[in-house]
Amino acid sequence: MTSIGTGYDLSASTYSPDGRIFQVEYANKAVENSGTAIGLRVKDGVVLAVEKLVHSKLLVPGVNRRIQTVDRHIGLATAGLLADGRHLANRARDEAASFRDQYRQPPPLKQIADRLGLYVQAYTLYSSVRPFGISTILGAVDKTGPALYVVEPSGVFHGYHGAAVGKGRQLAKTELEKLKLSELTTREAVKEAARIIYLVHEDAKEKEFELEMSWVGDETNGIHLPVPKDLQTAAEQAAKAALETFE
Amino acid sequence: MDHFPTNWGRPRNDAYDPYGTYPIAHRPNNGPKDAFADAVQRTQQPIVTGTSVLAIKYKDGIMMAADNLASYGSLARFKDIQRLQPVGAHTVIGAGGDMSDFQYIQLMLDELIIDEFSAQDGHTLGPAEVHEYLAQVMYARRSKMNPLWNSILVGGVKDGKRFLAYVDLLGTTYSASTLATGYGAYIAQPLLRTAVEGKEDILTEEEAYKILEQSMRVLYYRDARTIDKYQVATVTEKGVYISESRRLDTNWSFAEGIRGYGAQTQ
Repeated sequence: MTSIGTGYDLSASTYSPDGRIFQVEYANKAVENSGTAIGLRVKDGVVLAVEKLVHSKLLVPGVNRRIQTVDRHIGLATAGLLADGRHLANRARDEAASFRDQYRQPPPLKQIADRLGLYVQAYTLYSSVRPFGISTILGAVDKTGPALYVVEPSGVFHGYHGAAVGKGRQLAKTELEKLKLSELTTREAVKEAARIIYLVHEDAKEKEFELEMSWVGDETNGIHLPVPKDLQTAAEQAAKAALETFE
Repeated sequence: MDHFPTNWGRPRNDAYDPYGTYPIAHRPNNGPKDAFADAVQRTQQPIVTGTSVLAIKYKDGIMMAADNLASYGSLARFKDIQRLQPVGAHTVIGAGGDMSDFQYIQLMLDELIIDEFSAQDGHTLGPAEVHEYLAQVMYARRSKMNPLWNSILVGGVKDGKRFLAYVDLLGTTYSASTLATGYGAYIAQPLLRTAVEGKEDILTEEEAYKILEQSMRVLYYRDARTIDKYQVATVTEKGVYISESRRLDTNWSFAEGIRGYGAQTQ
């Protein structure tokens, strides 16, 4: 090849000699550059939280949401390229609608995660497309109870009790591991989620950010909704107070 | 095609089947047809049918009633069918006519509501939007010569405004403070008008309920496609509430005195 690079990263349909697909790894880099997103699967539901970095003061607050709704009971949070997140959310909605059409019941999250995994993986097979530059956290309460999955750019997906993707995922994961997730209520989990996002943001010394939070569970009758304003404000205040006492 | 909802589920020809006792397969115009005689066969009559739906406006919103029967011709086939359905948080619909078409409409509206919900844009569909959507669908289907064989009432409250309107298999729409479909359009509508018109802003929930209950009772006496089990939907600013099934109190002692047919000896 030419003087720059080995040439194994020119297409997602080419392996390197040691069996890696560089384009997928680059896609993971795109995720790492994005604000953190976390998900907590707790006793009675799931909480999603996103550190949305605000790149301009001129932006209207609340725009460019990174938590989206797929079905009544399914929420989706992304870290990575915003537009890829929107596209995958649309696909997830189609999959959910299609499941409803075929089986006449709300889709279990595992089915949706499975179909999204297949879809994302297909974008690692062809030289004409690039892999998704996002990691996606899916949260829901379905017939099996609370469920939390992460779909990565390679197309693999795993179920989790607590998940973190994006820039601050390492610190967020250590914080999540300290929690007894299966004993928390969603109301407590909202506070913890806010605290973790504030913590990882403080750690990275980034520019301005907005905290985006949603939940689904007994508190919301199994519907995926944004966390109510008063609870969100209380959680943010508690998070700021916790930052003072941390370390 | 028979476009009169009152004829649905009834015999076409009184000389041939005056009491509607023949099974549907034996009715006039329903004999064996050559499937290849026409290019395509489409819905020519409803099969499992619901009868009247009644609705009125009252002080706090709208109230709607329908019985729990789905008939197969003149046979009271399914006696536990809910014909009132909430659509989103501000609307209720009630349907007469073909029940399988109604189930299809329910699925279609459920998908619509999920699509709107997942947009999370701060907007929700109210009764006016649901009615307009339904009217467009019904008219599009009749224009394909393949109608959804229903007459539907759409009612609700949103942003302090009451809404009540009708749409049927032809895409015909109209709106009034009292509405009734099917046989109820003949029997109950005059009663509802007398009781409600001019008093829409005064009637309390109890009064509105009394009016509907009385009309349902009259229909039960006079319409042979009803049962005495029915539900009432209330839509107010607070949302949609659909009651459990209720029984009508009826009195048949007058039947003793009827003479002129049956097994009397004198």
